[in-house]
Amino acid sequence: MSTDDQTYSAAGEVASVAERRTWWDRTWRDLKKAPLTAWFGMIVISFYFVLAVFAPLIAPYGESQIFDTPYAPWSSEFWFGTDQLGRDVLSRLIYGARNTIGIAVATTALSFLIGGSLGVMAAINRSWLDQALSRFVDVLMAIPSLIFSLMLLSIFGSNVVNLIIIIAVLDATRVFRLARAVSLNVVVMDYVEASRLRGESLGWVMRRDILPNILPPMVAEFGLRFCFVFLTIASLSFLGVGIQPPTADWGSMVRENAQLISFAEYDMKAAMTPLLPAGAIALLTVAVNFVVDWFLHKTSGIRDEK
Amino acid sequence: MHPIVRTVLQRLGLGLLTLFVVSVIIFSSLQFLPGDFATSVLGQAATPETVAAFRKELGLNEPAITRYVQWIGGVLQGDFGSSFSGRSQGREREVMELIGPRLWNTLFLAGMTAIIAVPLALTLGITAALYRNSFYDRAVNATTLTTISFPEFFVAYILILVLATLWKVFPSLANVRESTELADRIYMTALPALTLTLVIVAHMMRMTRAAIINLLASPYIEMARLKGVSKSSVIIKHALPNAWAPIVNVIAFNLAYLVVGVVVVEVVFVYPGVGQLMVDAVTTRDIPVVQACALIFAATYILLNLFADIVSIVTNPRLLHPR
Repeated sequence: MSTDDQTYSAAGEVASVAERRTWWDRTWRDLKKAPLTAWFGMIVISFYFVLAVFAPLIAPYGESQIFDTPYAPWSSEFWFGTDQLGRDVLSRLIYGARNTIGIAVATTALSFLIGGSLGVMAAINRSWLDQALSRFVDVLMAIPSLIFSLMLLSIFGSNVVNLIIIIAVLDATRVFRLARAVSLNVVVMDYVEASRLRGESLGWVMRRDILPNILPPMVAEFGLRFCFVFLTIASLSFLGVGIQPPTADWGSMVRENAQLISFAEYDMKAAMTPLLPAGAIALLTVAVNFVVDWFLHKTSGIRDEK
Repeated sequence: MHPIVRTVLQRLGLGLLTLFVVSVIIFSSLQFLPGDFATSVLGQAATPETVAAFRKELGLNEPAITRYVQWIGGVLQGDFGSSFSGRSQGREREVMELIGPRLWNTLFLAGMTAIIAVPLALTLGITAALYRNSFYDRAVNATTLTTISFPEFFVAYILILVLATLWKVFPSLANVRESTELADRIYMTALPALTLTLVIVAHMMRMTRAAIINLLASPYIEMARLKGVSKSSVIIKHALPNAWAPIVNVIAFNLAYLVVGVVVVEVVFVYPGVGQLMVDAVTTRDIPVVQACALIFAATYILLNLFADIVSIVTNPRLLHPR
């Protein structure tokens, strides 16, 4: 911006106004206004993220390294004791962050890829494809998803790949509904018709015209779906049909150490051991819920009950 | 025909169609079994003749439609075929024999939870909505948002730790038998029912609160208030007729949710119900039992939702007084 009378230009002034706030600036301004709960959520999520990424560096022992004493008490050597085979609980908790969260993120991403693209496609098509997909989704949603995934796992066998695919497909039904509903408001816009008339391909319209406009609700939904998928996988692993040993995972860790609870009178710390992985699951879900709540409030006010 | 009857019939037809399609899906899951399945069920020592006989009994040599008709015909008469477990020792057990007593146990647990949870959640939800933004509302809201995020087994183990091992108020195992007296049964089922109540009340209360707030914000309620109708009369005469549908929906949705929650809780408390049976059958890949359990759970879920829809149609004032 120039203050010289001779070379003053309005364009220069306007341009500099637009430039004044960078992306980081804007994000930071939003973050400063975020409520305490959202900050708490974001700190917890980043903490889990660091644990998951740097698990081998942080964990004191290996994922399935076995020591002599099973069910060792809490000590300076084993902070949270050892489990039924003599594996360090703290190390397994840290590796569990990587496995459990990693699998849940992969599943959610896959379900958004399937459900999101089919939903947008159905919204653009609005005829036979829309009808076929919507009725199919109606039927799938008529079966409770935990029951359906239990049945499918018994048929295809439980391993990580099957688990991810089955839960992603079942969860994609919810994503499909949302993606279809929000894109229906976008596909009627003139610019979508314009780009279709000018002969853009289906993929181009989906990616460039529709996706940017449905992004905020989809991001919020990603958080909620992640919580749901995360809890489903944890429940399945807890039931013993999800992630299989020796992979460290919070759901199965709860089950393996569950009987320690009955020793609460003699050793309170040992009784807490099965609650640690369960608490880790609960804390992450609470954190994600808090952040999503704030995000929804900020972008659209969907949860703004008036 | 009265518009209500027509809508109800349409909804019933749709519900039956859904049930039919779901039963087809559950049935056809058998198709995807790997080929060597017969050997893994009957054990390595099975002779080719027994394997062939087993395949014939499963009807793998007949067209799928014939088998579906036979299967669904049996199911409608309460015959789910016989279980795979114990086949290698030459013992056979009817699936119905396994499920029968357990189904009753599960219904008992779910019923007990519903009796505690539904009135509690409705009271909490309605009062929170009426005194919105008060300290009471905020406290109830924060508590429920937290319990919603907890997995069922977390709630269950905390309750066991506090109420069963530290203070021995309730037993931590709920292994009821058929001979257990009713009083004992209620005492033993207390912790599982409490766990389910905590999980389901949170959902139900939040949904009730949102539904009531939504309703109280509508223009006709404001109109009634502005013309000077007393507060209680606004609620009874104007709000309630429209509130039935959302409230029944909330209850049915959460009872349906109970169907799923019951699986995990039964495993935690070693409660002999259908959920635990299904998990065991999944681990041993006992497909007839899995199919039967899945069908029972899915049918309950669909029927509950159907019931909620019909109630909301029947109580809808706009349909009751057509112009």
